[in-house]
Amino acid sequence: MSAPNDAKRTLHIDPYEKNWMRISIILVIVFAAAVTVAGFALGFQVPSPEERVDPNNLTGPWENPGLRELSPGVYELYVIGNATTWQFEPRDVEIPVDSTVTIYVTSRDIQHGFKLQDTNINMQILPGQVSKLTHVFEEAGEYPYICTEYCGVGHAAMFGNLTVVEK
Amino acid sequence: MATREEGRGMLATYDVTKTDKRFIGAHILVAVIALSIGSLFGPLQAFQFSGVDLYPYLQPVFKSYYQGLTIHGVLNALVWTTFFITGFFTLTTILGFKRGLRYPKLNRVGFWTMVAGLVMAAIPILLDEATVLYTFYPPLQANWAFYTGLTLVVVGSWIEGYGFFFTYRAWRKENPDTRTPFIAFGGLVTMAMWQFATLGIAVEILTMLLPWSLGLIEGTDPQLARTYFWFTGHPLVYFWLLPAYVSWYGMLPKQAGGKLFSDSLARLAMWLFLLLSVPLGFHHQFVDPGIPAGWKYIHAVLTYSVFLPSMLTAFTVIASLERAARKRGGRGLFGWVRALPWSNGSVAAQLLAGILFMFGGIGGLTNASYNVNLVIHNTTWVPGHFHLTVASAATLSFMGISYWLVPWITGKPLWKPRLAVIQTWTWFIGMLIFSNAMHVLGLLGAPRRTPLGVAPYVSEEWSGHLLRVGLGGAILFVSAVMFVWIVARTTWGKERLGANEEIEVPIAESEQDPQLTPLWLDRWVPWIVGTVLLILVAYGPQLIDQIANIDLGSGQAPSIRPW
Ligand code: HEM
Ligand SMILES: [Cu+2]
Repeated sequence: MSAPNDAKRTLHIDPYEKNWMRISIILVIVFAAAVTVAGFALGFQVPSPEERVDPNNLTGPWENPGLRELSPGVYELYVIGNATTWQFEPRDVEIPVDSTVTIYVTSRDIQHGFKLQDTNINMQILPGQVSKLTHVFEEAGEYPYICTEYCGVGHAAMFGNLTVVEK
Repeated sequence: MATREEGRGMLATYDVTKTDKRFIGAHILVAVIALSIGSLFGPLQAFQFSGVDLYPYLQPVFKSYYQGLTIHGVLNALVWTTFFITGFFTLTTILGFKRGLRYPKLNRVGFWTMVAGLVMAAIPILLDEATVLYTFYPPLQANWAFYTGLTLVVVGSWIEGYGFFFTYRAWRKENPDTRTPFIAFGGLVTMAMWQFATLGIAVEILTMLLPWSLGLIEGTDPQLARTYFWFTGHPLVYFWLLPAYVSWYGMLPKQAGGKLFSDSLARLAMWLFLLLSVPLGFHHQFVDPGIPAGWKYIHAVLTYSVFLPSMLTAFTVIASLERAARKRGGRGLFGWVRALPWSNGSVAAQLLAGILFMFGGIGGLTNASYNVNLVIHNTTWVPGHFHLTVASAATLSFMGISYWLVPWITGKPLWKPRLAVIQTWTWFIGMLIFSNAMHVLGLLGAPRRTPLGVAPYVSEEWSGHLLRVGLGGAILFVSAVMFVWIVARTTWGKERLGANEEIEVPIAESEQDPQLTPLWLDRWVPWIVGTVLLILVAYGPQLIDQIANIDLGSGQAPSIRPW
């Protein structure tokens, strides 16, 4: 049994493949840079731990979910998902154009989703947790918010409407 | 040359026994039955989208769209895949090592544990007691038998994995200096990855869901449950894909008349998948409230690193195929593609699976970035994406494998080989239409897991695409029926293969003698240690934090069952 020559034990990388690997590595770096830019410079936000709540006893602002004006043009909106009625509380919201709205969502019972159409607002709703994102509404129109997580037989009908009106 | 190979036992032959074949066949049988039932609901969902609602006709057997969707997800994504994969790896272990399983009884126990688990989970699903979808997010609460059944399926797959590891150890003792044969190696790496990956749902079920469904604890922590689930959920994707890769690397080149282009890079890619598939699950949780944005960022970057072994795979597989095609007289920069044996259904299926997977891979890359993810999370884009991966790259490849595997097991010729080619093309075309429409709908904001045919907010703009979902679904339905029919007619056909027509299992040689592959690519310890370390770094702090802050009061079962 002739022992294989150690010098020949190489990875055997074809020249084309070497270039291919180089390109791949560069692409990975570009992608990683792109997420970095999106996350840190362009300010694309994802939810981050905000607050824990007791879904059986929602207190404070959660007792009256809905819109609150903090200062002119700056609002906070509290929305609760409910899988007994398959409704968002509240179902209808109206704000003037150019408003900045910070949206807080939680659930009374099981998981739901909150996707505000035509915006980058998309949040998983978990009981016991608060998801929060902010958006500036620069265009008037209807922005339905849709439950995007299965929450029982009424799930397909679960949505609400945010209307942005001209000032 | 010959003496060297003999010295390594390479020329040793092993006659596969009838029992081996029947054992593998039992896996494939359960898998195909699961696919047949599971796939029935796919087209029903697709038709529902396009306005043709057949669910009223399923009453009172199937209660809702969601019960059907649970069946579709569980049977297709979990049962069809797991049974097919363990059966296929039994074959790659036996034929790679050219020896029987070290402890055939152990593998048998594994298989029957999976079957018992399947039956146990199926009963509550069919009784509408577990309409929680295949992700079973608490506080949706299923019957305890559902969780127990799923656990048994996982444990059974572990046991089968141990069976392969013991076989490897026995082979290694007899062949201390030989490189692990590639197809066996691929199976082992996949099953090792699976052991790590499934720890997430094992802990989720055993520490939370099962005791909760039995009334032993008051509730669950929904955020921690999702973290556990996606610890498993992401590598699950690689559990589906790697067996297809084993075939693309180690078998398809032979079927195309060529060799594996680079043995060492194929192995390197496999190791990188072991190393990198677990520690990136947070990219499924970008919009979860309970995970710090910083950790989401880390997992996003790690996600991109999987791009590397994927690119290696693309290169090696395509290079192997190109060489094979040129040997067959193919020419031109891309013209060689036509010289591949497209008339072989098994080959055509895997080539088309590869093409669909390229689209899937590109979509996957975009999913992983924050800004795209914020647009498409939980929209139909996501099922659009994974029907290109699990339902095409994996499923269509498994279909292609079946086209030689079933004749090999049964000793009967493939029924209507030309129909098999048509079947693979219909899957391809149906999937292109279906998945494209699902992606577009997702970008327009259509939610997933939703019978869009009855949703009140569906906009005018969506309707054309919803119709295309139905059209794609109809073509896929025809294709699925053809597949099951071909397999069934082959299995129960009267015609037998002649004595000298035995089906040869396609095992590709590699261009370079595998003995020249560096030893570090055939060593387990460094890779396992690296995998564990990376998991600890990427998951440890968050797991500790979330477990320390566990709140079982926050995820109690709703007082009225929501389905
Ligand atoms: C026969 C062709 C198929 C068609 C027409 C089809 C159709 C669909 C549709 C329309 C959905 C989305 C349902 C919704 O979100 O409301 C879906 C979900 C899904 N499909 Fe398929 N499918 C097919 C085959 C497969 C195969 C072969 C697999 C896996 C091997 C698979 C795995 C899944 C999974 C895991 C889901 C997600 C379930 C969930 O969200 O809980 N499908 N399918
Ligand atoms: Cu909901």
